[in-house]
Amino acid sequence: MNVDALYQEIILDHYKNPHGSGLRDPFEAEVHHVNPTCGDEITLRVHVDGETVADVSYDAEGCSISQAAASVLNDLVVGKTVTEGFALLDEFQSLMQGRGQVEPDEDVLEDAIAFAGVAQFPARVKCALLPWMAWKDATAQAVAQETEEKA
Amino acid sequence: MTAAGGYDVEKVREDFPILGRTMAGGRPLVYLDSANTSQKPTAVVDAMAEHYLRHNANVARAMHQLGAEATMAFEGARDTIAAFVNAPSRDEIVFTKNASEALNLVANTFRNAEGDLAIRPGDEIVTTELEHHSNIVPWQLLAQRTGATLRWFGLTDEGRLDLSTIDELINERTRIVTVAWVSNMLGTVNPLDVIIARAHAVGAIVVVDASQAVPQMPVDLTALGADVVVFTGHKMVGPTGIGVLWGRRSLLEELPPFLGGGEMIETVTMERSTYAPPPAKFEAGTPPIVQAIGLGAAADYLTGLGMDAVAAHEREITAYALKRMGEIDGLTVVGPAEAIERGGAVSFTLDGVHPHDISQLLDSYGIAVRAGHHCARPAHQRFGVQATTRASFYLYTTHAEIDALVEGIVNTQKYFKVV
Repeated sequence: MNVDALYQEIILDHYKNPHGSGLRDPFEAEVHHVNPTCGDEITLRVHVDGETVADVSYDAEGCSISQAAASVLNDLVVGKTVTEGFALLDEFQSLMQGRGQVEPDEDVLEDAIAFAGVAQFPARVKCALLPWMAWKDATAQAVAQETEEKA
Repeated sequence: MTAAGGYDVEKVREDFPILGRTMAGGRPLVYLDSANTSQKPTAVVDAMAEHYLRHNANVARAMHQLGAEATMAFEGARDTIAAFVNAPSRDEIVFTKNASEALNLVANTFRNAEGDLAIRPGDEIVTTELEHHSNIVPWQLLAQRTGATLRWFGLTDEGRLDLSTIDELINERTRIVTVAWVSNMLGTVNPLDVIIARAHAVGAIVVVDASQAVPQMPVDLTALGADVVVFTGHKMVGPTGIGVLWGRRSLLEELPPFLGGGEMIETVTMERSTYAPPPAKFEAGTPPIVQAIGLGAAADYLTGLGMDAVAAHEREITAYALKRMGEIDGLTVVGPAEAIERGGAVSFTLDGVHPHDISQLLDSYGIAVRAGHHCARPAHQRFGVQATTRASFYLYTTHAEIDALVEGIVNTQKYFKVV
């Protein structure tokens, strides 16, 4: 296993300069997720405006993989509809769980294709998925809340 | 290399075939994760294989010859372990699954104790901020279930117990004081004599987690004077699945049983049962027979090397590692920086590189370390870090391996462009 496959230049760039980091207002849902085995943590807020994911803001502490994943998540889902966001999550998740056998679609996943190498390191897959699982949780809460308010 | 006193680490390494392995990319294995689990010498593996292949039977109930051989081997292991830690009596040695189970056994039996041993609201249980989670969580559960209060020793900036408040912290309300002998994260060796003296002065029971101590130093439980001491087999060149609970006989007799079942009884009727005396009272069901035999072989192996020599090697290699690691810019050791009252686990942070990334890079050079909170999250919080990288040394660790670690860390810094 080549460690360079894991630490792609794109991942290290996102790690050094994370996009959209910091916690911002407004938001409808905030979650705190941890990786109990390694201690990585993320607090993540989602602002949904109508159908659109208007903002994903976060405060994360962890390894380069989890930090870069949060940055790439922000790039990918902000401005998309909630439905498109969940489709991206599915795409990213199947890449991560593909044991390195899944060929990523750059048109869909953009910078997230750099995580293809992570799939070859089973111990690190949970690092890449941490911010995505937090986003899934927060977005589901935000949508549920909005549905409740309408009702 | 032969150290003073005739300890020949290269010869010792020949007893551990795994240390001759090469890893991905043809890199020789540099195993620096012995505080996580130690490697096993051929003698231990052979003893276990020999038992399975030649003497296997259940213990204490089979009337046939194999049953007698298995029982003799299993109970012989108990004798060996009792002698290895100089326990006052071999009947005070209870085999468990591991140290965590031993600690949970103690906490749970106190939960169910009646009379003088019962824990009540207003009682206090004292632990420390440097404990492994296994010596925190069972006591949190006990406190929650009984209405007792859990308190703890804080830490100094150097990573030692802050004893300045000991007389207030351990007081007439204190019922149990539980403390690690050696920290698995900071490496600190705690001053048990001071803590035991104070705890006994107020009538409290002292529980010691010796998981990182028994592998590294000569242990004399008779001299120590604690009430309960637990340790695990797999960190002392023994197999997994076996731990040891030593308890003062009067306490083991007074505490109620833990798990119910075969072997722990005297007489069973449908209405009630009477219980076997310790240690059988706490060993329900078929025990980890071959693991106990393997642990006995491990103790024999360590005795053969001499625990004084093992401890001297550990001190010397730890001092060398602290010196070499201290030369790396941007590296901070979390825990005592000097090899005084200190075990062979060195946790550190590296400016600009996360511990998981350090361990991943080191792994690519064939160097095995651990990254994370090492099941000691409160101790990490105390030092304001979420995770550390830990290199831990043992009786087979060489200077060359420490040099490889240092070179690996420097290369990691270059890889992540932080120097």
